[in-house]
Amino acid sequence: MELIIAPIRFNYEVSNGLLLVFALLTGIFFGFFLEKAGFGNAGVLIKQFYLTDMRMFKVLFSAIITGMLGTFWLSYFKILDITQIYINGTYLWPQILGGILFGFGFVLCGLCPGTSCVAAFTGKLDGLAVMGGMIAGIIIFGETAPSMDKYLNFSSLGDVSIYEILNMNYGLLTFLIALFALVCFWIVGKVEERFNKKLS
Amino acid sequence: MSTKQKYPYWNPYIVGTGIGILIIISFVTTGRGLGAIGAFSSFVASIMKTIAPERTLMNPVFSEYISGIEHPLKDWVVFEIIGVCIGGLISGLLSKRFKFEVIKGPQISSVNRLILAFAGGILMAFAAKVTRGCTSGLALSGGSVLSLGAWLFMFSVFIGGYSISFLIKKVWN
Repeated sequence: MELIIAPIRFNYEVSNGLLLVFALLTGIFFGFFLEKAGFGNAGVLIKQFYLTDMRMFKVLFSAIITGMLGTFWLSYFKILDITQIYINGTYLWPQILGGILFGFGFVLCGLCPGTSCVAAFTGKLDGLAVMGGMIAGIIIFGETAPSMDKYLNFSSLGDVSIYEILNMNYGLLTFLIALFALVCFWIVGKVEERFNKKLS
Repeated sequence: MSTKQKYPYWNPYIVGTGIGILIIISFVTTGRGLGAIGAFSSFVASIMKTIAPERTLMNPVFSEYISGIEHPLKDWVVFEIIGVCIGGLISGLLSKRFKFEVIKGPQISSVNRLILAFAGGILMAFAAKVTRGCTSGLALSGGSVLSLGAWLFMFSVFIGGYSISFLIKKVWN
């Protein structure tokens, strides 16, 4: 069975201009969805970290589960060539420690990089401040990175996936993660109930 | 904020599924997922290039974004983020949520909130450069293809967030 038609970019001739139009459209839908979720408002997103409204977790996890299952099944039916998909490289300690630092920043901002754009473009001045801070942060990183080179590339494992490292069947892992997500969604609902009761 | 709105927020699971479908479409068309921080990097790199071209080309972080044949802003993530701004604006206008304001907790002044937001932005962008991606590019897209680093990043963000949220309760409550 030789089907494989995607990623379209690598298997058909697509002009760069068309790709950019597509990027714009994808972004418009993404921004629209984020705003509809309430994520243009830091006051809504931050409730995740006070356990009163776990929307952020629900959206993030259901999106990942959908993306994960879709990618798996499309590759299973040989429509999508998974080897041509970009897999984010793993840098063990930079990503764990950097992730914690990112979490600190997230709680200070109440927004993440993508949602700060939605906030700013719906008139929220704090969103604009986050965007400004991010530009400063990138400049600071650019100026300091050469001296931290050793640490930034420490514990690099390459483009490794969870099923490769666990030596596990890809399909089975997606099934187990989906199951785990369903349990999480149930727990998260209970947590919200409890913390909202506490407040009222 | 919790009062009834005329245009309520959508069910988070519906939005999540929608974003998941966008990720799939993005993989199917371009082989890459969504992103955000990369657009900021391209933006900063292209500005630095016009200010100090030689110095920027020497810098290993920025040269990555400007060494190509194409203009650094003619990039997938840059156009995607411009789209995010437009999409957010459209939804904000349609839902009557577009309003010039500072979103903050009741115990903090607007100026302090903006300072904290700026500081948080610095921290977040710096961290996202260290981790090679943010919530969109690493957690969402990398999480979907089961990248080990993406999942570690995601759990670390929650650990980091929860470890300070209750210490700085006054900022938000």
